[in-house]
Amino acid sequence: MTSQANSKGHTLADLVQHDRVHTSLYTDPAIFETEMDKVFANTWVWVAHTSEIPEAGSYKTGYIGRQPVVTVRDRKQQVHVLLNRCRHRAATVCEGHKGKTNSFVCPYHGWSYSLDGALRGVPSPESYGDLLDKADYPLVKLRVEEYAGMIFATFKDDIEPLVDFLGPAKKWMDLFMKQGGGFPIKVGGEHRFRFPGNWKIQLENTTDAYHFPLVHKSFLSSVDKQTEEMLDFVEGPGFVEDLGNGHSVMVMIPDLVDLEANLEAPIPERFAALAEELRADYPEDQVRRIVRAVGGSGFNLNIFPNIACSMAFFRVLRPVSVTETEIHHAVITMDGGPEAGNRARLRMHEHFQGPMGFGTPDDSEAWERVQKGSNAGTDQWILLNRGLAKEQETADGRRSDVSAETGMRAAYRQWKKLMTA
Amino acid sequence: MNIELLNQASAFISQEADMLDHGEYPEWLALWEEKGLYIVPINPDETDFANTLNYACDDAKMRKLRVARLGSGESISTSPAPRTIRSVSRFRVLADDGKTVTVRCAQNLREFRKEIQKHYTANLTYTLVRDGDSFRIQQKVVRLLNSSDALQCIGYIP
Repeated sequence: MTSQANSKGHTLADLVQHDRVHTSLYTDPAIFETEMDKVFANTWVWVAHTSEIPEAGSYKTGYIGRQPVVTVRDRKQQVHVLLNRCRHRAATVCEGHKGKTNSFVCPYHGWSYSLDGALRGVPSPESYGDLLDKADYPLVKLRVEEYAGMIFATFKDDIEPLVDFLGPAKKWMDLFMKQGGGFPIKVGGEHRFRFPGNWKIQLENTTDAYHFPLVHKSFLSSVDKQTEEMLDFVEGPGFVEDLGNGHSVMVMIPDLVDLEANLEAPIPERFAALAEELRADYPEDQVRRIVRAVGGSGFNLNIFPNIACSMAFFRVLRPVSVTETEIHHAVITMDGGPEAGNRARLRMHEHFQGPMGFGTPDDSEAWERVQKGSNAGTDQWILLNRGLAKEQETADGRRSDVSAETGMRAAYRQWKKLMTA
Repeated sequence: MNIELLNQASAFISQEADMLDHGEYPEWLALWEEKGLYIVPINPDETDFANTLNYACDDAKMRKLRVARLGSGESISTSPAPRTIRSVSRFRVLADDGKTVTVRCAQNLREFRKEIQKHYTANLTYTLVRDGDSFRIQQKVVRLLNSSDALQCIGYIP
């Protein structure tokens, strides 16, 4: 479906209004099919952090939309994103989530490819005579660009450069990477889980401060008083800003936007023991820098369509079907940094994130209920008008209060642009 | 084979499973050594739990908080609480130094909540400290069969 109207008389363009979107965006399988082409195969999509493929031969498998891809570093340190599909009869050439290899060999008939995708070997080639020129059959390669260690790929060869697509989001990415505390940041593992709901429900959630005190009440009950007060931000001075191209930032704790500022501020009580432990190996200024970084950033940066830099982790979404989505919460550690600091990060991540965390399961339950409720009614809308009253233009886009739905409106504006192009 | 020890250990572990299935959390917390660790790793071959990401790596404080959360009524994913029935079997004593005993067994757990029944299978490895004619738990590692896959949320203590 593109320009023609659906059974309720809505065209695709009608389904996204400035203050609401139609419920069929969560439930219509035809819309999902269109999204795979018009959104996921038509824009920059995040595939990996550079630390996930650290050496020549390191690879990570994944998906762009529903298409399996491999992100791999070749012997010259060049990163390639290749379709995970043998050019002969389509079998995947790489299995497993992450690993290291010298080449990709199709298990079916043994066609082998080098790390840059070039077809190197075809067993018993005589039968082809001169019908098969290996130069014509490399693994299909996507355009790849990188910013701040974040690797993106696209099917659209003539798309704008990644840096232009990111625009004002770049400076927030730079700020986010400061949580290495002076060390390079490294993905230190991830929680992966699925929920029965549409991918855009999850996309919205990373820019939804409104739900936090209610959905995460049980998490807030499990932290110390100081942390609880820090996370009481819904009526606070934070903001949400539309950064263009579907990206947005939600600043929940303005004091924690720049992790290299305010280093003289008192160390929060919950990090006192960690600071003491670090003092054995690091000078005081570095202790403060590390401790502040361990706590994570005070904002969520949503990068359309599939990645968020969320406080202390990367949130990756993968659309599986119109009613199923896979989420990865990747923990960020300091590469070469103090083990004690990294242990603190790991335990904090386990506390909130993942299928057994004190936060994620409640989010997941809420999203599941959105999907379930979306089956009610035949022509209903999802309201996205919160914070619209006070929204103001800024140099980078537009801004409203921290619990405004400005970030969701930004994402849906981009969705509409891509879907109706 | 030390059948008496095997019987003792399996009786202890069966009792623990029964407590978890019936929500007897204060009794469950009391089974633990103060420095004990409850661990659900992601990689089934992992041994360095402290320095890797797990699904859960609970010390005494986190165990208490986890139990408090399950009963608090503040969490929408655990209200209503999932019902669970788990069977533990295939017990084997892996090590016994006279003071601590390492036991491995299989767990088959069925969970039911809100119209959906799920099945989680796991290897459990216990490090048990002898305590009179019973034990206290020094470490329990729950290695879910599909731990390296994308899971569904788990609103109970597996």
